[in-house]
Amino acid sequence: MSTDTATPPRAEWPLWEIFIRSQHGLAHKHVGSLHAADAAMAVKNARDVYTRRNEGVSIWVVRAADIHASAPGDKAALFDPANDKVYRHPTFFPMPDEVKHL
Amino acid sequence: MSAVAAIEVPSRAATHAGDASLDEALLALALRQADSPLVLAQRLCEWIGKAPILEEDIAQANVGLDLVGQARLWYAYAGEIEVRMGRVARGEDDFAFRRDASAFRNVLLVEQPNGDFAHTIVRQFLFDAAQHLALDALARSRDARVAAIAAKAAKEVDYHVERSADWVVRLGDGTAESHERMQRALDALWPYTGELFDADATDLALAEAGFGVDPRTLAAQWRETVDAVLADATLARPADGYVQRGGRDGRHSEHLGHLLCELQFLQRAYPDARW
Repeated sequence: MSTDTATPPRAEWPLWEIFIRSQHGLAHKHVGSLHAADAAMAVKNARDVYTRRNEGVSIWVVRAADIHASAPGDKAALFDPANDKVYRHPTFFPMPDEVKHL
Repeated sequence: MSAVAAIEVPSRAATHAGDASLDEALLALALRQADSPLVLAQRLCEWIGKAPILEEDIAQANVGLDLVGQARLWYAYAGEIEVRMGRVARGEDDFAFRRDASAFRNVLLVEQPNGDFAHTIVRQFLFDAAQHLALDALARSRDARVAAIAAKAAKEVDYHVERSADWVVRLGDGTAESHERMQRALDALWPYTGELFDADATDLALAEAGFGVDPRTLAAQWRETVDAVLADATLARPADGYVQRGGRDGRHSEHLGHLLCELQFLQRAYPDARW
């Protein structure tokens, strides 16, 4: 960018990850991401972008930069050891029909 | 616009059955309440595909759709009033697509061109802040239909005004360029705000009967809201001067004709076309 202009360079707004809770009793679920200048604007944008069809009762927004993820390269070390330990899965217990969302 | 409006509204209170002059006034009220949101919605939808950011593109269209929904409810009621006055039945589409500019009763403010994003935001905020007060007052109308439609629309406008006020502050108190653009927009649009609080014989008759509101009684509170937001936005309220008025009586700026050209093209070129 040339230095003789008074206008500062326009940085892109930060990216926000959006989580929506669709009904009471359920957990917030990741629905997508959007750009916004700050958290308040992110909530408003999320309302307009992700809840237009009556999807939600609550919105969480998290700066994408604040999310720390596991490295794809560590996949084998992290997750493979669980593969052969079937006894950790609760598949041997009958679940009552009334319990939903498990 | 042909589907049935999705709102349950109680039938009209039987407080003025057979009063023709009051029906005439209620019809005027319904059309004024319908035309402003419809015209503003058309303006907002001009941004679709070219708003500054994707998120704002969707948000503008959302607000526009809210406004179309409000216009539909008022048009439906206007049609009913005409029927009970013994006139030919008109539907929402007839009101929206088959009237000329001089039959439209929207305030001049909403037909002003989008300009830059600052103009769009300032126009929206000035209108939202007034509409918010008007709908709150109309929600207490003795006419049950007016009250029900206003109460539903007020909920939507609550959010609109919060949103547009937020943008006024962000851009007014933003960069030097955004501040300058906002001030320019405010100066340009201010002369159109006086009309929002004009009262004519129709308004006074409705207010007297408890069916409408005298717009003059809303001006002070509007100014308080506007002043508070402009202060946060570090913008200066322009001095009151000449007031541009006439829209509520069908005397419009040249812009409305062009807007209607686009809005009405399909029904004018292919009457009764459906999809």
